[in-house]
Amino acid sequence: MSDKKTLGEMLTERGVSRRSFLKYASYTASIMALPPTAATAIAQGIANARRQSVIWLSFQECTGCTEAFTRAKAPSVEDLIFDFISLDYHHTLMNASGHLAEEAREAAMKENAGKYIVVVDGSVPLKDDGIYSTIAGMTNLQMLEETCKDAFAVIAVGSCATFGGIPGANPNPTGAVAISDIITDKPIINISGCPPIPEAMTGTISYLLSFGSIPELDHLGRPKAFFGEAIHDRCYRRPFYERGMFAKSFDDEGARQGWCLFEVGCKGPVTYNACATLKWNGGVSFPIQSGHGCLGCSEPNFWDMGGFYKPLSTATGDPTKFVGGAVVAGAAIGAASAVMARNKRNKVLKEGK
Amino acid sequence: MELLEFARGPVLLFAITVFIGGIAFRIFSLLLMWRTKDSSAGRAQEKPMFIAAIREIIRRLWPQAAYTQRTMFALVNGYVFHVGLAIIVFFLAPHILFFQDLIGLSWPSLPNNVIYAVSIITLVSLIAALVMRFANPAQRIISTFDDWFSWIVTFVPVLTGVIATSHLGARYETLLALHILSVAVLLVWLPFGKLMHGFLVFVTRSQTGAQLNHRGAQL
Repeated sequence: MSDKKTLGEMLTERGVSRRSFLKYASYTASIMALPPTAATAIAQGIANARRQSVIWLSFQECTGCTEAFTRAKAPSVEDLIFDFISLDYHHTLMNASGHLAEEAREAAMKENAGKYIVVVDGSVPLKDDGIYSTIAGMTNLQMLEETCKDAFAVIAVGSCATFGGIPGANPNPTGAVAISDIITDKPIINISGCPPIPEAMTGTISYLLSFGSIPELDHLGRPKAFFGEAIHDRCYRRPFYERGMFAKSFDDEGARQGWCLFEVGCKGPVTYNACATLKWNGGVSFPIQSGHGCLGCSEPNFWDMGGFYKPLSTATGDPTKFVGGAVVAGAAIGAASAVMARNKRNKVLKEGK
Repeated sequence: MELLEFARGPVLLFAITVFIGGIAFRIFSLLLMWRTKDSSAGRAQEKPMFIAAIREIIRRLWPQAAYTQRTMFALVNGYVFHVGLAIIVFFLAPHILFFQDLIGLSWPSLPNNVIYAVSIITLVSLIAALVMRFANPAQRIISTFDDWFSWIVTFVPVLTGVIATSHLGARYETLLALHILSVAVLLVWLPFGKLMHGFLVFVTRSQTGAQLNHRGAQL
């Protein structure tokens, strides 16, 4: 539950030094591409903030987003985040279960009405009255609408919550939709990715705590600080793309030399995320650095973009599937027009006689 | 459905189907067209038809000396954008991947920066061709919708390709989608307008060569 003390007081009690707190504020300011002066504002904002109540709803998802979130390796970020927020409801991380868990959610909603943040991972099934995913006898739709009613803001994390993700992929058997398709009267921040970069999640929450407002978002509702640039534009393999040097397979000489992975299906040019700059596991690496092309997991419909290993410049599906029929039809029409021309000619000649 | 998915999926499927069907239509309607049997006696120096056809193709790669001076700019400019278009279409790596996906064949590519430079030259050359068409009153008068529209559907894909490569003005996926859409318009139009010369240029020159070989002025 939310604490009456300010975060500054709580951190002092826990022995977090001012120095390490400012380091965290500077780090958050830098990953969100804010000016250096924002670090002070973040530090002040967080120090004076009350512990923020967060209700985390998990719907049609794989818990990968939570796994990523809890494995944030940036210095002290996860510790600080778990000090900053009061995670009042989270299936994976809470101790309570059954009706006690639901009571905790209801109590948090009542106590912090209008102030709490709802984080959602997973898509919401709408088909057949939403029976494909239920929690405590409630459909995901019911729980989402009930919980978001008095929320301050909603953060959709992961591509399932932001765009429908894998549950929403063709043929979408459960009628899965994104959170923004249902909640339209609250500010929604989309942090897409499968899973999202942990720092994108923690950084956005820190921003909300510090400034009490929504960070600048792109046209898909994602914080521009993390989703403002294409992976291709920040990729260390980009010079090889310009030179036309491409790996032809995952194990050829080009791949070993670090050449561009465009030909083996990399979706970096159309994927907006901070993988190439923030990287993963504390800045160790990211998929392209590990030798695999970008899947485009932070973009809408990434599962249906024509295949992970099909280059971006090719057609999706089989564009030649009607070619046989087209040739036959074209030839038939061509032959018919030639016959008509002959008939016309013969008619003219006959009439001329 | 996002614009890029729409362009890479249904639009390309439609454009390629119409393109292939259109080519088949044009070729079959031409091959089956009525041809009057030529019963006239051939010239004394008449050569085998095949040789005459090949000779005509080669001969028309450059105009007769009397016309060279007057047509020099149009001639060189024409070569510049034709060669430029061929380099762009067949030697940019993403284009080769497109062809490989369609027909299974692959060949070496040129660096993006080379293609970029060629594209700029091609665009300037195409603009020069348009200005010439405008500036010359006779040429302007005889120009039809086919001439103007064919220029547009040739120019726009090169322009959108350059803009997409440069990431100018919009997000890359939007620019790439616009490029693919413009190529789709080109593919749909190509069989039905003057751009069909891409397939027929050597056929028609062979025909002319064979006819002139059989009768007409001495070459």
